[in-house]
Amino acid sequence: MHGRTLAGIARALRAREFSSEELVSHLLARIERLDGELNSFVTVTGEAAVAAARAADRQLAGGSAPPLAGVPIAHKDIFCTAGVKTTCGSRMLDNFISPYDATVVERLRDAGVIMLGKTNMDEFAMGSSNETSYYGPVRNPWDLTRVPGGSSGGSAAAVAARLVPAATGTDTGGSIRQPAALAGITGIKPTYGRVSRYGMIAFASSLDQAGVLTQTAEDAALLLKAMSGHDPRDSTSVNAPVPDYAAGLGESLEGLKIGVVEEFMDQGLDADNAAAIEAALKVFEALGATVQRISLPNIGLSVPTYYVVAPAECSSNLSRFDGVRFGYRAKAPRDLEDLYKRSRGEGFGAEVKRRIMTGTYVLSAGYYDAYYLKAQRSRQLIAADFRRAFETVDVIVGPTSPTPAFELGAKVDDPVTMYLNDIYTIGVNLAGLPGLSAPCGFINGLPVGLQIVGRAFDEGRILNVAHRYQQETDWHARAPGGAFA
Amino acid sequence: MEWETVIGLEVHAQLATRSKIFSGAATAYGAEPNSQACLVDLGYPGVLPVLNEGVVKMAVAFGLATDSTIAPRSVFARKNYFYPDLPKGYQISQYELPIVHDGRIELQFEGGVRKTIGITRAHLEEDAGKSLHEDFQGQSGIDLNRAGTPLLEIVSEPDLRSAREAVAYMKAIHQLVRYLGICDGNMQEGSFRCDANVSVRPVGRHKFGTRAEIKNLNSFRFVERAILFEVERQIDILESGGSVVQETRLYDPDRDETRPMRSKEEANDYRYFPDPDLLPLDIDAALVAEVRAGLPELPWRKRDRFIDEYGLSEYDAVVLSTSRAVADYFESVAAGLDDKKLAANWVMGDLAGALNKAGLDIVDSPLGPSTLLGLLRRIEDQTISGKIAKEVFEAMWSGEGDADAVIESRGLRQIKDTGSVEAVIREVIAANPQQLEQYRSGKDKLFGFFVGQVMKATGGKANPALVNELLKKLLAG
Repeated sequence: MHGRTLAGIARALRAREFSSEELVSHLLARIERLDGELNSFVTVTGEAAVAAARAADRQLAGGSAPPLAGVPIAHKDIFCTAGVKTTCGSRMLDNFISPYDATVVERLRDAGVIMLGKTNMDEFAMGSSNETSYYGPVRNPWDLTRVPGGSSGGSAAAVAARLVPAATGTDTGGSIRQPAALAGITGIKPTYGRVSRYGMIAFASSLDQAGVLTQTAEDAALLLKAMSGHDPRDSTSVNAPVPDYAAGLGESLEGLKIGVVEEFMDQGLDADNAAAIEAALKVFEALGATVQRISLPNIGLSVPTYYVVAPAECSSNLSRFDGVRFGYRAKAPRDLEDLYKRSRGEGFGAEVKRRIMTGTYVLSAGYYDAYYLKAQRSRQLIAADFRRAFETVDVIVGPTSPTPAFELGAKVDDPVTMYLNDIYTIGVNLAGLPGLSAPCGFINGLPVGLQIVGRAFDEGRILNVAHRYQQETDWHARAPGGAFA
Repeated sequence: MEWETVIGLEVHAQLATRSKIFSGAATAYGAEPNSQACLVDLGYPGVLPVLNEGVVKMAVAFGLATDSTIAPRSVFARKNYFYPDLPKGYQISQYELPIVHDGRIELQFEGGVRKTIGITRAHLEEDAGKSLHEDFQGQSGIDLNRAGTPLLEIVSEPDLRSAREAVAYMKAIHQLVRYLGICDGNMQEGSFRCDANVSVRPVGRHKFGTRAEIKNLNSFRFVERAILFEVERQIDILESGGSVVQETRLYDPDRDETRPMRSKEEANDYRYFPDPDLLPLDIDAALVAEVRAGLPELPWRKRDRFIDEYGLSEYDAVVLSTSRAVADYFESVAAGLDDKKLAANWVMGDLAGALNKAGLDIVDSPLGPSTLLGLLRRIEDQTISGKIAKEVFEAMWSGEGDADAVIESRGLRQIKDTGSVEAVIREVIAANPQQLEQYRSGKDKLFGFFVGQVMKATGGKANPALVNELLKKLLAG
């Protein structure tokens, strides 16, 4: 059962091949047995999941079940879940039980989805290796000495290890796509504004976007449809109709214009990685697509721009964690200042502090123009580059991450090297565009991802491009062996 | 040396919405602590602000009423600082691009003197909560009911030149926001308060002196007292060779002085930046037109109309246009009378006095405009005299019914027939032969004595004009 895709599970449940309860119990047993090593879950909500599975089975038997009734998934621990601990991977929220559900959680539940638990993540989604979590690093099921990527590393590892068919994630600079690539699965970050951010603990509000990590593009299409759409509680969520993504899958790629960013292919991309991308392009050409080189002249500004904008927003977003109303509170504070300093000093980890300090600095009097304002301008330039490119091509295809999964501890002491992991993904967030990563090969037994970027609100197209690719290849169907088989 | 005072005011008007500026929680005053704070107000992880559209219309109304520019696009920004009553660690405000800017308001002083004061800007923001330092031994309590309450911060140009002008400006803004119905103006509850930027400079110098900002003045009197104290303090410093320090000060009404706030609170670098959770606020011409169409008649227009239309004095017109409720009351009464001044006198005089004594607002008056009109009509048609009317008014106030009922039951109808009045006069003359003699020998002053006697004898009911006329004739013999 655990090898099946989410779409396959939904079909099997409807055909009564197995019950949701059987499936949920089986997956819970796998989590129990395998996650000790993987550490992909912070919280497992087994009892509630079994109860929900029984209810779903009754609905399925009654024939009145919603489309994804009884399908189990996991939520990244950044989404607020009523009555369930929501930690955001931080000691700061180790004691935080959310009083409400995020819109994403609510909508998926309405579609029938069952939550198995909450997945581990980089603290407050700040990291590219899942090593900044207060709950310890997550390991990559393809090689337990390596990282699964981050910040949605727990979600990626759990899906790759087939502990759960799919999981939600969030992507601020690549936090869905990069771990999807490093774990050999599919991950989509929709257009900014497509999915409500209400109840998703904010890292960098102008960049954060919820999405999903799945085995296939088809699975992603099903979940994305269920979670997208306007939410009056999020002013930045866009009021536009949500297409039936799954219904659009399978369309021909004949005449599709694919752009390949020369700045991505020429600069320091590993030869094996480049070969995997080239091979994928051949597949698309065989399907009738045309490939052309395009230039994003300002894309080199992405990483420095991001590391001004994101820390600036996070320094403000994380001010609410002050030990006063919720979360970690220092013991026996002497006075107000001591309460603040120790609650935050003890509650936040090093990477979070580094970003809060960076962000505070770039917003401070005398530096605002030189950093924050300048970054806003270069962000406009990057967005304009993409707009121009999409006048001539339909999708942009290239690498997701410069390297396959690296070893635990390899980059953790060198933030700049760590930040460069997101060199191909960050520009997409700065431009607010949808991006997807799908497995496209292996280097030394480690998966490599192919990034497909689309125009704003053109998720349907990038899902279809990935789906057609997955119909022609089987990289996505490969799963880690050994204990995880 | 001669000194000139320079003052700019920042008025904080709480907008009269039922729910908060970025959440659905109620804004009612005086609820149990923290009973009107939802997850958004509490700054819970993951929650997001959503703008209450009511506040936008209110700000636009203020902008239109002050001849301001309404920004087609304004931006909400975060003002970052830590304080326990500021749940998110930042206040959502407007910084570089406020919703309203470059306006003006005209002040009116005795003797027809007028002065226009510039309004630099007016921006929307959320209020913080309240820290309660009493009743919590060694600790502080936090009440977040007020957190997220909508405010319009109205910043004047440094055009005010005295405490008197500052008070007049604050009163004009107070009157305006109440006219517009965008603020209840309740200063005790903190719905209307201001900060004053005060400096002095030698007369004739162009450059401004160093200013002090006096925070949280919540009465007209405090504004005046605080500025007077502060001006004197700064002049003393400068005249003794010192220099004024730019700082934030607090006014202590008990000691009638201003004192510096702890300097630490000023060292804040607020790190303003556009709030990424809120889209830029776009205001189109249609919305502005809609708000414009719904604007009430503004106080200064009403004042001018009262002078033109009703022939009132400027003083009366100003008093009667103080608030919409008073003006409306006056106009309903005046509409039924030929003598508009009569309506003005009664609304400003006996009615205002009685309301004041009872501590009532005019909208809660036990006597409505039509009831008062019923009384004034009886003066106008000479059923009763103005003096008797006061007695009738008191009886009406204490619930004895309308004017006609009181006049009837108390038998107060004016005596207007010549025969009856003449009979009384003859009696009075007969009873006072000595005074008659004195009068006839040239002591004209005694005329008043005879009038008084006649009135006394008729219980004040004799028609005064008739009494005068007949008395003159009969005294002459």
